[in-house]
Amino acid sequence: MDAVIENLPVFLEGFKNTLGLLLLSGTGALVLGIVIAAMRISPVASLRGFATVYTEIVRNTPLTLVLFFCAFILPYLQFSPGYFVLAMIGLTVYTSPFVAEALRSGVNGVHVGQAEAARSVGLTFTQTLSFVVMPQAVRMVIPPLINVFIALTKNTSVAGAFFVFELFGAARKITNERGDQVLAILLAVAAFYLLVTISLGLIAARVEKKVAVLR
Amino acid sequence: MTSVLYDAPGPRAVLRSRIFSVVTALLIAAGLVWLILALGAPKTSANGAVQPGLWDATRWDVFSDREVWRTLGRGALNTLRMAGVAAVFALLLGVLFSFGRVSDTKWIRIPTTVVLEFVRGMPVLLMMLFILLVFSTGSFWAGVAALSVYNGAIIGEALRAGIKSLPRGQREAGLAIGLTPVATRLRIEFPQAFRQMLPIIIAQLVVLLKDTSLAFVVGYEELLRSGTSMTNFFGSRYSFSFFLVVLAIYLTMNLLLSWLARVIARRTGSKSGGVTTDTKAPPVKPADPEVVYPAALGNQMGARGV
Repeated sequence: MDAVIENLPVFLEGFKNTLGLLLLSGTGALVLGIVIAAMRISPVASLRGFATVYTEIVRNTPLTLVLFFCAFILPYLQFSPGYFVLAMIGLTVYTSPFVAEALRSGVNGVHVGQAEAARSVGLTFTQTLSFVVMPQAVRMVIPPLINVFIALTKNTSVAGAFFVFELFGAARKITNERGDQVLAILLAVAAFYLLVTISLGLIAARVEKKVAVLR
Repeated sequence: MTSVLYDAPGPRAVLRSRIFSVVTALLIAAGLVWLILALGAPKTSANGAVQPGLWDATRWDVFSDREVWRTLGRGALNTLRMAGVAAVFALLLGVLFSFGRVSDTKWIRIPTTVVLEFVRGMPVLLMMLFILLVFSTGSFWAGVAALSVYNGAIIGEALRAGIKSLPRGQREAGLAIGLTPVATRLRIEFPQAFRQMLPIIIAQLVVLLKDTSLAFVVGYEELLRSGTSMTNFFGSRYSFSFFLVVLAIYLTMNLLLSWLARVIARRTGSKSGGVTTDTKAPPVKPADPEVVYPAALGNQMGARGV
């Protein structure tokens, strides 16, 4: 236990980086995911095709490969803004199709009658989307989106294996120094992760309940 | 959905959107071509040495060596082996977890719930490191154990949702004809839940295959590791080439499995719905007892309902 208390600053440093990765790549993935989702429901066939191919390829690539590409291949191609930014890019790219799929299923989950009604009272494509479909879709989309972010929280740990000093990196460093107290150290790190994932899960459950009442 | 969002376009709009579509397609293609050419262009590094482009033959000549392909094949096989073993254990654990989660005994239900929450909220990678260091298993078994526990938890949750979604009459009928609670669970509820959740379970197994690449981090000789160790052996000149080949192999495996999952989901999707909702008699094929079983239940329910 004393290994945990001694190294508390190291854990907090790692936790800070984990949260930073989560927030930055979460925001990035949200933006990229919205673009991809918009492309997938757009009337332009070539954009739809591109977004579909992008989604299929990225979703079927293991995260380790994405981060490996960012941490080793990109610097080899003389693009090296530091491992934190590289990991952020990797996590953003990897998470974006999942965000896009959650958004798309939300838009598809809004009853067709809603769009038909909006169209028949004379709203345009943009108006229908922004005043009728999207406000409902956003509500339905929040619980699955939070699930995507829970997965992202857990995925940031992979960045720790590629030179980013976050919680998993901290765990590796401290277990190397204090081989005698591996169990306590790893349980402490797990507690930090659970702090984020379980609280996000609770938020998702609450939102889900609220949405269920509204609909 | 998308079709009702805008008017059926007239001839001018069709033309315009077609032109727009072609232009964007050309732009995307131009972007890809630019990327490929940019990667292929020779580069001058900081110390003035000129490196050949990434598509240059000197970066790809190793792939004429049979031994290289054999090593990659071994890596791919190791990946598949880990995925296979972990999938079996994950299914077994998933069944156990789901039974524990819906158990009538508080002393089983609550601890299982706590364990499940714990496992689902933890990164698989951390679990691998945990098992590797605490139980000092090899990297293979660390990977297998972490993957089975994590995916088992998720499969267990899916099965629990399947069991909960069954009509109560199924359990009541089972108990009424004198089956014990355990037998009812095993022989009445579980087969139906499993069938209903099969698409989700298979999708999770695809995730499992993807996640085997995490074992790279704990030093297991899987596909990515075999790529990097050959990069170390042949020199960093080949790092991009090996990465691209490994990526291609991964994509092929995962896309094939995803496709298979979709086919199975489509085939079982219609049948699983029939268990609880279909009132018409589905065709009974006596040759396959597994197919007959839920179908027969569905028939009885329909007859009673009418």
